[in-house]
Amino acid sequence: MKITLNSKEEFLDTPKIALTINEVRALKKYSFRNLIIRINGQLVKRENFDSAEVREGDNVEIIHLIAGG
Amino acid sequence: MKFDEIQRVLETKVVGIAGCGGIGSNAAVALARVGVGKLVIADFDTIEETNLNRQYYFYDQIGLQKALTLKDNIQRINPSVHVDAHVVSLDPKSVTALFSRCDIILEAFDKAEMKEMIIETILSLMPKKPLISGVGMAGWGRNETLSVERHGNLFIVGDRQSEANEEYPPLAPRVGVVANMMANIVVDIFLGKEY
Repeated sequence: MKITLNSKEEFLDTPKIALTINEVRALKKYSFRNLIIRINGQLVKRENFDSAEVREGDNVEIIHLIAGG
Repeated sequence: MKFDEIQRVLETKVVGIAGCGGIGSNAAVALARVGVGKLVIADFDTIEETNLNRQYYFYDQIGLQKALTLKDNIQRINPSVHVDAHVVSLDPKSVTALFSRCDIILEAFDKAEMKEMIIETILSLMPKKPLISGVGMAGWGRNETLSVERHGNLFIVGDRQSEANEEYPPLAPRVGVVANMMANIVVDIFLGKEY
């Protein structure tokens, strides 16, 4: 599946037509716990990380938040 | 643009600052020096000696409330700035109540879960509001890794990977760079840069 991830073209190696946010996180081996996620500009809340779908051509933003400020 | 022309624009503006630690205190002082009209600042915490390696407080202010003390310090620098200081532990409700009328909001929390809470709250309830967040500023050196990443109205400033912890503390020079980069974006937006 080809998507745009944080403004870069990204190929996700999967036979599925749609992936959940948590499946994208697992495929990308993202381990940070605190995140802001948008699919095509729409905010995805944490409770929807197992249901919101990413499909071919989607623009996905995954912003990792880490301590310090 | 001359400084008095710049001030005439900035004195009409309101900036919300969520958190008065390393990022919040330094960004607030930079914005006060250039004469942003009103700052809405919020923090629940008190000043500890360990904060003084990066936060805009003085040794004789240890033990005082950060939000109220930052207001005092700002008014010693520029008494024409109106400071609305709140000693409060922020949650989605208070974030909305305090910051919905600000022109721009700075996210200046320490904990990652708090950053997530405020960014999620603002993106869902005030999606058009410019929001500037500091992410990744611990340690020292590596100036070249600090940058601005833009996601619509959300600006992420920092290196996006240097997490603060005991072995890798946030320190004045690098935190100050990020805080001032954030304040610099505020001025840029107010003076009409098209984003």
